[in-house]
Amino acid sequence: MNFMGYRRRNGSVGTRNHVLVFPTVICASSVADMISRAVPGTVSVTHPHGCGHLGEEKEHIIKTMVGFCSHPNVAGVLLVGLGCELITPELIAGEIAKTGQRFEILSIQAEGGTNATVEKGKTLAAGLLEEAAAAGREPVDISELIIGTNCGGSDTLSGLTANPAVGVAADILVTEGGTVLLTETPEMIGAEDALGRRAADEGIEKRIREITSATEVLAKRVGVDMRGSEPSPGNIEGGLTTLEEKSLGAVLKGGTSTVRQVVGYAEKPTEKGLIIMDGPAHDAVSNTGMIAAGAQVIVFTTGRGTPLGAPIAPVIKVSSNSGIYRRMKENIDINAGDILEGKDSIKTIGERIFREIIEVASGKATRAEVLGHNEFAIHSLGLSV
Amino acid sequence: MSLSALVLHKNDNVATAVRPLESGDSIDVEVADCAVKIVLLQSIPFGHKFALQDIGWGERIIKYGETIGQATASIKKGEHVHIHNVEGLRGRGDRP
Repeated sequence: MNFMGYRRRNGSVGTRNHVLVFPTVICASSVADMISRAVPGTVSVTHPHGCGHLGEEKEHIIKTMVGFCSHPNVAGVLLVGLGCELITPELIAGEIAKTGQRFEILSIQAEGGTNATVEKGKTLAAGLLEEAAAAGREPVDISELIIGTNCGGSDTLSGLTANPAVGVAADILVTEGGTVLLTETPEMIGAEDALGRRAADEGIEKRIREITSATEVLAKRVGVDMRGSEPSPGNIEGGLTTLEEKSLGAVLKGGTSTVRQVVGYAEKPTEKGLIIMDGPAHDAVSNTGMIAAGAQVIVFTTGRGTPLGAPIAPVIKVSSNSGIYRRMKENIDINAGDILEGKDSIKTIGERIFREIIEVASGKATRAEVLGHNEFAIHSLGLSV
Repeated sequence: MSLSALVLHKNDNVATAVRPLESGDSIDVEVADCAVKIVLLQSIPFGHKFALQDIGWGERIIKYGETIGQATASIKKGEHVHIHNVEGLRGRGDRP
């Protein structure tokens, strides 16, 4: 099965053809934003990172930035820095050059301030846009597709309608040779047995237990026993009885395939099929990590409703109930709440989500793209000074 | 027609109410494409679970085809299944 994608020089495939204006440090955020606003058709991000990171945290931020900037959904990137920061445009450029990514670099101190940098940036960004326009879509096998699955603003019905339906779509994609990322490690605590039984080998099963244990240890370090605090009082009122029940309903969005690999946050999988990415359950942080790991499309379930998008990858929103779909229709792409009206089954909604993934991968704009949602956040491991 | 309750897997011994259900209601649920009728012995709030069969003390509660906990009391078909008669093997929010 095919979708229509952009084949890049290094062989990777994009579902979008963005020109990204990326500040490598917070000090360049406003300038990057000014350049992007002045050159319609480009996209920019804002983040608080780029300086003061120590050790593991520094490598982790660099890995995420490199994954994002060298992503196949990006035709070219303008890296903007200040000049005295830890993570310079040159540093990121050196890494993304290895992937064959097209880039330009710019530093505010070298250019002589905001206005001069914006002026030069406008010319560089316009040049990248012109080059990007030469790229065209072509039929690409679905095995090149990586989707990220996520949920946020969940409700009682998320684990009954939207998550199982996305799981059906995930299973179809894996059967067709594609790749599905499942993340949000805190929501796997209590589902280790179910996930572990589906691990391709003992090493992967062991890794699944390691990442959930490590998350529990982290929580304990700040005085929280997740086994005693989950499900929360609100969850219990909503009908969730145990941590296992809550987690099983969350991991269902990854489907029921064999777990082929466990990767770290923003780490690129080397296997195809269902992949677990270790990471937090923060909506925008999870999206950013999965995109940096190579996801070209995100599928996101919600019960309470969320407008969340991402700067370089389409985010397909699936609602768990018809009430929120009606109230926030402009933000939601597919309503799994139809399952409760007896109009559709989990299977038929899942098949619809799968078709939507193919259409969106081939260029159909999601609600978040139409509205211009570009939320971006990198997971912080800790030590910055 | 609007559904009353969902069963996610053929091995499940509980169903989840997707609207508020009253004690005495006779509920149609679909388990693995077969229609099953359950008479509720208690009212079941939206999002809460009821037993599809009698479940003995210490027996596993199965939802999504997986164990979500074990019964801490014997539970009759049609009874409310929640923290008063189930405990997680991994964790339960109302106690450490």
